[in-house]
Amino acid sequence: MAKFEKANSVGEWLDQRLNTTALNKVMMTEYWIPKDINFLWAMGVLLATTFGILIISGIFLMMYYKPDIGLAFDSVNYTIMQEVAFGWLFRHMHGVAASVVFLVIYIHMFTGIYYGSYKQGREMIWISGMLLFMTFSAAGFSGYMLPWGQMSYWAAMVITNLFGGVPVIGDALVVWIRGDFNVADATLTRFFMLHVFLLPITIMGIIGVHFYTLRIPHVNNQSSDEFDYDEEAEKYLAGNKKESKVIPFWPVFISKDLAVLGIFLIFYFYLVFFHYNFAMDPVNFDPADNMVTPAHIYPEWYFLWSYEVLRGFFFDIAGFKAFDIGLIAFAFANGIFLVLPWLDRDPKILPAHKRPVFFIWFWILMVDLIVLTVYGKLPPTGTNAWVGFFAAVAFIVLFLVLPIVTKIDAKKRGDA
Amino acid sequence: MSNETNRRDFLGYSFAAVAAVGGAASLVGMKQAWDPLPSVLAGGFTKVELGELKPGKPVTVTWRGKPIFLLKKTAEMGENTRDLIIGSDRFTVAIGLCTHLGCIPAWKKDTWKCACHGGEFNPSGQQVFGPPPRPLDLPPFAVNGTAITLGEEGPEYKKIAAAMMA
Ligand code: FES
Repeated sequence: MAKFEKANSVGEWLDQRLNTTALNKVMMTEYWIPKDINFLWAMGVLLATTFGILIISGIFLMMYYKPDIGLAFDSVNYTIMQEVAFGWLFRHMHGVAASVVFLVIYIHMFTGIYYGSYKQGREMIWISGMLLFMTFSAAGFSGYMLPWGQMSYWAAMVITNLFGGVPVIGDALVVWIRGDFNVADATLTRFFMLHVFLLPITIMGIIGVHFYTLRIPHVNNQSSDEFDYDEEAEKYLAGNKKESKVIPFWPVFISKDLAVLGIFLIFYFYLVFFHYNFAMDPVNFDPADNMVTPAHIYPEWYFLWSYEVLRGFFFDIAGFKAFDIGLIAFAFANGIFLVLPWLDRDPKILPAHKRPVFFIWFWILMVDLIVLTVYGKLPPTGTNAWVGFFAAVAFIVLFLVLPIVTKIDAKKRGDA
Repeated sequence: MSNETNRRDFLGYSFAAVAAVGGAASLVGMKQAWDPLPSVLAGGFTKVELGELKPGKPVTVTWRGKPIFLLKKTAEMGENTRDLIIGSDRFTVAIGLCTHLGCIPAWKKDTWKCACHGGEFNPSGQQVFGPPPRPLDLPPFAVNGTAITLGEEGPEYKKIAAAMMA
């Protein structure tokens, strides 16, 4: 065994056994962050905090929630909301955080797209991030079904039915996923397990990977400037703090993150206390009824854009069934962001405002996503159906032309 | 290659073989754990009296947790290969879940309209508008007199099912 000296303090005792000084340097005081980044880069810390809130409020909810179709609705709407001290608060914190977490994820994602943070060397950051988005979506959906209200039930019905689109084994697959011919008790209990155990633990694992992938290529910056981190760090350590392009994460950079976090938390608790309703659909205060479909069903706001891509194709085209086209488009919408680093053919990393055609592409995409989101909530009849159709087509076309768009920019600059 | 290396290789391969068999076996077990339970599979025969239906007025009954549409057709509703003919009456028997994504369409005047994505089905259960890819599904049934038992596969069911496949 290695020889240990007598330690003079708790810190020293830990350092001998866990190498805490070195760890602290790597993780905090010598984890270098570029100076040239704005508040949009604080979204990671906001997400980590919101995820923490979800876990803690979820633990408190889980202690009274009953995953049984006969008891679930009352355990949420009566026991937790009325009897448990502060149960209402934990529910609203959980519900609002589940909604807000997607808002922040989207900002985080589109910041990355705008500044080209998914490119050359940062592909793994992007991919692990998209995997996080997917697992968060699964967690959001499986949690949405737990209160066993009407929206919960029919959301589960529609989403599990999507798997019926898989060739050959589709129908059997749907029965297998539900554990019954219908969305029933077996479905609720397995989604409960996914929501409170398997998905959270998977998310934690991917968060670890996501952080780790960031440490090798380092974080991007506002001007997408490439520089030598070791050189800049040396300057900083030598005392040339002004000249150096980097600052340590702790205690210098974190102060900015925490300031943004402070503002975010004020906004979040404002929603929790005064506007929690936006995350609670009124239809979900009716207990689930497998014999009546609500007049108009729609998912939570953060799924509306892909839902609208799914239902935008409402008529058969060239012998293909509307159903199949919709499903393929839906699969496309959910998978295409994953390969974004390879659709972007520009050899340079630059922010969107320095790539004129890409800049236009980016904002059309934003507008299209907003249109899809708005129309995803409206009934799919008359003109609404057509707006949905064209917006869905536009979404697909945007990604098909991306390689050309990015090549044009590179050519104009003389880089390709 | 020395003897030592061969012995280690052998140990490695035998471990891999045992692990592969065990892993495959547990995957089968895990798959089956998510299958419907025997009690779910066994439950679910529902008997319905069709003689009491009023022409043009569909009723909905529950079978295996799913809605079943039963409609005695009027003359204007036309004939269809999937009609169940008992005596001089024609009936539509269908699983009342939209074949698009499984919402329950509602009867409006003379069509089943699905509110979810706008799908529509005529009184014979055929899709006439919107994304549903096929007619409403046919539940298995057996006919005894003017009653049917849902969940059993009688000769009438087999005939209609075959006609629908064609
Ligand atoms: S579920 Fe009926 S049209 Fe989509």
